[in-house]
Amino acid sequence: MKEFKGRVITPGEVTAEAVVTTEGFNTLASLQMALQFGDKEVKCGDQSNKQLYGKPLLGKALCLPQTIGSTTGGLVLYCACSMGKSPACMLFSSHIDSLAAAGAVLADVWVEGTSMPVIDCLGDEFLDYVKDGMNITVKEDGTVVVE
Amino acid sequence: MKLTEQQQQILDGAQGETMAKVMKTMVMYGEAFEAETMVPVTSKHNHLVTSFGLKVMSPVYDLMQQLIDAGVESGQTFSVDPRPVDKNVPANFLQNLVFNKFMYTKQDFYEGQLSKLGLMDKNAFTCTCYMDEVGNKPGKGDILSWAESSAVVYANSVLGARCNRNSGIIDIMGSIVGYVPYFGLLTDEGRKATWIVEIKTTKKPEAQLLGSAIGMKVMEDVPFVKGLDKWLGSELNDTACAYLKDFGAATASNGAVGLYHIENLTPEAVEQGESLIKEGAKVYVIDDAELERVKKEYPVIWKNPDAKPKLCFVGCPHLSLEQLKDWTVKIEEGLKQTGKKKVVINTVFTASPGVLEAFEKTEYAARLKATGVITSYICPLMYMNNPLCKKMPVITSSNKLRTYTSARYYTDAEILTTITGGKS
Repeated sequence: MKEFKGRVITPGEVTAEAVVTTEGFNTLASLQMALQFGDKEVKCGDQSNKQLYGKPLLGKALCLPQTIGSTTGGLVLYCACSMGKSPACMLFSSHIDSLAAAGAVLADVWVEGTSMPVIDCLGDEFLDYVKDGMNITVKEDGTVVVE
Repeated sequence: MKLTEQQQQILDGAQGETMAKVMKTMVMYGEAFEAETMVPVTSKHNHLVTSFGLKVMSPVYDLMQQLIDAGVESGQTFSVDPRPVDKNVPANFLQNLVFNKFMYTKQDFYEGQLSKLGLMDKNAFTCTCYMDEVGNKPGKGDILSWAESSAVVYANSVLGARCNRNSGIIDIMGSIVGYVPYFGLLTDEGRKATWIVEIKTTKKPEAQLLGSAIGMKVMEDVPFVKGLDKWLGSELNDTACAYLKDFGAATASNGAVGLYHIENLTPEAVEQGESLIKEGAKVYVIDDAELERVKKEYPVIWKNPDAKPKLCFVGCPHLSLEQLKDWTVKIEEGLKQTGKKKVVINTVFTASPGVLEAFEKTEYAARLKATGVITSYICPLMYMNNPLCKKMPVITSSNKLRTYTSARYYTDAEILTTITGGKS
């Protein structure tokens, strides 16, 4: 078990199974097809991301360095949250990027009754340590417990 | 964040609950980047990334309706990314069924919302809003609340405007409230380069390939590119601007670049030179071999990698008037060499409605039509989002289209050879 402390972008508490990418997470490429065609598990559709392609993202603790790609990324994330199709939380090893921040903030301000905790600045060690399938607990103050 | 009295009043609800939520969104967005203040948006027009009435995006349209119902429309008019469908673009019965019955069923409804929110005019649908024919070209130093990665990187780098890589919805919210948080590419410090890219190729590098290589290397950082002026010159003429449009789109989509400086060419590089480079900047050297390596590493995700292409898209981002003319001449010459009258693969050239209108007034329009090439205002990316199109072998010279879809990338020269029936 290891504990990491990050910065809270949008608060919340959750426990979920980790799914990990050490490459940038392309929000549009990853979520679009799943949202569009009602994939119940919201499997990652980004064929360029070999670590995530085909893996379910719904309800998972998505561990990533940052998001990349189209500037629709934030609204795609907002839609995923609105539709109840988002990861349980997003945990960034680096400083959050502008697209992910937009998605997180839009969901927090405009979607009632939905909570997707987003924590950033967890450090490179976090992404080195965490592996697919590990149990993640996110606390209100930005503490992330990995076991 | 330190807000002015007026900003604080908006946040406290002086202009209504919805406007307060818009301000709260922009404040929280800024706080994620340690922004200390909000600054006024100063451009004449805004540009939005969300142009498509995709059924699945209904939460976006619900949110837009909240803004309309609350009467908090933007004080700016705006352009928006290209429309997703055009009947001129080849599609079979099933593909059209998916487009019209499953995917873009909200298009008319959403375009109605855009009109109410301040769309410049019915033709203001393009990713290249900064073209003269479109009329949304910000001035140097203007503060923008734009989204669309290729437009943002162009506005920052070539026009010297200041804009962060905003997401869709944030774009219109900044415009509505009239302020954006001051961080990142809005600041002098954020516009300094943390990478030096040295171009050492033996010929003019392919714009979309060079942009891809740099984007994948520097990700969201700012590169200062040396040695490219040898190939582009030191004047921002039509040719250089078209090159930088394509180059920038590739840096932004293959990485997350929002600003680049080209030594002796782009405005801030001309004015400030190497003082734009931060101490300790990393160095990336690009020669012919490096570009070849990058190109070879693109995954081929066609089911049959040897399949004969069925469709070719050129113009992501949308082509300029000069590019349409250049392609016309090249295709005519290519067909002459192969002894064919028309292109051998369905080929679609995309450009903004304004550019297409201007092109139609030139003698080149009839000549291009005679080669069999179709022109369209469509967004090729949105066409390729149709899962039935995704299965088709589509080729393109756009590295953005390659990144987001199953389309396979080739250089302009390779595309020309293929569509004119030459031997590659």
